[in-house]
Amino acid sequence: MPGADLLERPAVSAGRPASPPRRAAWARRLRRDWALLVMVAPAVVLLAVFHYVPLFGNAVAFQDYSPYVGIAGSQWVGFSNFARIVGDPAFWDATANTLTITAFQLVFYFPVPIGLALLVHSLLSPRLRMFVQSVVYLPHFFSWVLVITLFQQMLGGAGVLNQFLRSHGFSPVDVMTDPDLFLVLVTAQSVWKDAGWGAIVFLAALSTVDTSLYEAAAVDGAGRWRRMWHVTLPALIPVIVLLLILRLGEALTVGFEQFLLQRDAVGAATAEVLDTYVYFTGVVNSDFSYAAAAGLVKGLVGLALVLAANKVAHLVGEQGVYSR
Amino acid sequence: MTAAVRPAWDEAPTRLGRAVKAVVVGVVLLAVLFPLWVVVLTSVSPSTAITEAGGLVVVPDGFTLGAYAELLSGGTVTRSVLVSTGITVVGTLFSVVVTLLAAYGLSRPGSFAHRPLLFVVLLTFLFGPGLIPTYLLVQSLGLLDTYAALVLPGAVAAFNLVVLRSFFMNIPQDLVDSARIDGAGDFRVLTRIVLPLSKGVTAVIALFYAVGYWNAFFNAFLYLNSTDKWPLQLVLRAYVLQGQPIPGASPADSTLDGTGGLVATLAVKMAVVVIAVVPVLLVYPFVQKHFTKGVIVGAIKG
Repeated sequence: MPGADLLERPAVSAGRPASPPRRAAWARRLRRDWALLVMVAPAVVLLAVFHYVPLFGNAVAFQDYSPYVGIAGSQWVGFSNFARIVGDPAFWDATANTLTITAFQLVFYFPVPIGLALLVHSLLSPRLRMFVQSVVYLPHFFSWVLVITLFQQMLGGAGVLNQFLRSHGFSPVDVMTDPDLFLVLVTAQSVWKDAGWGAIVFLAALSTVDTSLYEAAAVDGAGRWRRMWHVTLPALIPVIVLLLILRLGEALTVGFEQFLLQRDAVGAATAEVLDTYVYFTGVVNSDFSYAAAAGLVKGLVGLALVLAANKVAHLVGEQGVYSR
Repeated sequence: MTAAVRPAWDEAPTRLGRAVKAVVVGVVLLAVLFPLWVVVLTSVSPSTAITEAGGLVVVPDGFTLGAYAELLSGGTVTRSVLVSTGITVVGTLFSVVVTLLAAYGLSRPGSFAHRPLLFVVLLTFLFGPGLIPTYLLVQSLGLLDTYAALVLPGAVAAFNLVVLRSFFMNIPQDLVDSARIDGAGDFRVLTRIVLPLSKGVTAVIALFYAVGYWNAFFNAFLYLNSTDKWPLQLVLRAYVLQGQPIPGASPADSTLDGTGGLVATLAVKMAVVVIAVVPVLLVYPFVQKHFTKGVIVGAIKG
């Protein structure tokens, strides 16, 4: 039974002889590929249950949801939850915080991986290079709880920094609880955790540069900096543009745990972002419908931004997250 | 190791340039390693050294594993380590198997319905299902306060699936064909041909999943109500970040010495931090060498 039937698959794309009736072909392919379908099934079921089914759960945004009667029994209220959002200053504060953080990180986080990649790339010794790479990738694998704990131990009220300041007669500063420093703090945390990891993509782009270009440039009299400007940078620009666009598509998402974990320390006024806002109104205050509506607004605007960003990516000739 | 050779066209750097680069590299390395150094050192320091330093220990002075002995002799931290280990092992195995199967199942060109199925996977890149609906779903499935809530919702990461799939698709078709001529079915091709050729990528994917489960904070925070089910990250938050007293550890603290529990608690706290880091550090070197090979190929090809 296995022989010819199974062997046929590679030939399928190469064009088949006289096509049998459509349904028969279906049945045959189904019989041939049943094993593959069985393999795919668990993953598709999991994605369907935990990714697609909850989409319908967004219906509670249009209800006055009560946990006791469930979605089926709850009152439909149309768009009144959305109307509430429009007039809710806390929602707009969270939005403003989110956008501020995105903008700040775009300026102060985004260039760091590029610089790091250039630095690592310029290291001549393969051993040193490997070592630096291993070290800078590492924090990416730490949890946010851990990263924030480490920051607290370094910069917090009882941390190393203040130990040093106190023992040298300076007045201590608690970086971890100062709302004015929060933007800088969270950006520093992001840099510490992920800049090294982010450099991987740029390193990959750098490794594809044809070295004869450098050679030719050098022969033409270009110095170190001119070579970087005219050879290295152009190789990076497509990646930079792509990542920039992708980041803009996620302007409303700044990460959950980092802000949830530090919200108590600096106060909701600075640390409340859209994700934490949805969590606190929904799960903590049991205002499920309102929180779902807020989440839905965020999700839809986010989706629109991602799609728009992809469109832009295609327009400038990049591949985007999905191809056309 | 081959010695680094500077290409002929590249002029040697100036002394200043060399110095600047050395300083920058040094600062970068220090920024990552110094906090780890301080934490590990404090966790193994005797309380006298901690008192002397007035807090965290930067210069080694004495050595004791007392904090670890205390944490791992039963109590909250021990339990949370076991919980986290269990979730990590079970979750990783489950995720890797499901992802491998699906990646192979979608990697055979021209197979039945692979396009729509792949689309189902890829579409999850574009949007998240939303926090509240997911929470309500987990609730209505009766998964609240169960460990299944930490594994099932995120068991399949579309990114990992796509990385594996594109790697599988690059395996020479001739190999698969010849196995088929010898009468191998799809399961046999996967286990005998494809997997042995994909050890590196599989290791990286397994690391990603394992790290995800070990670091899992938010799902646990959201879905687990009872403190006795807490995984390590929640314990880390409560007892180290927020400074709540550690139930299993605090009575012993005060008996450690006369200087009071506070100092000894610091060593204990830092030991919790170290316990959270160590598994990552242990696995990391074995997988790290595959990063560039596996991940970038997959990530860029998408």
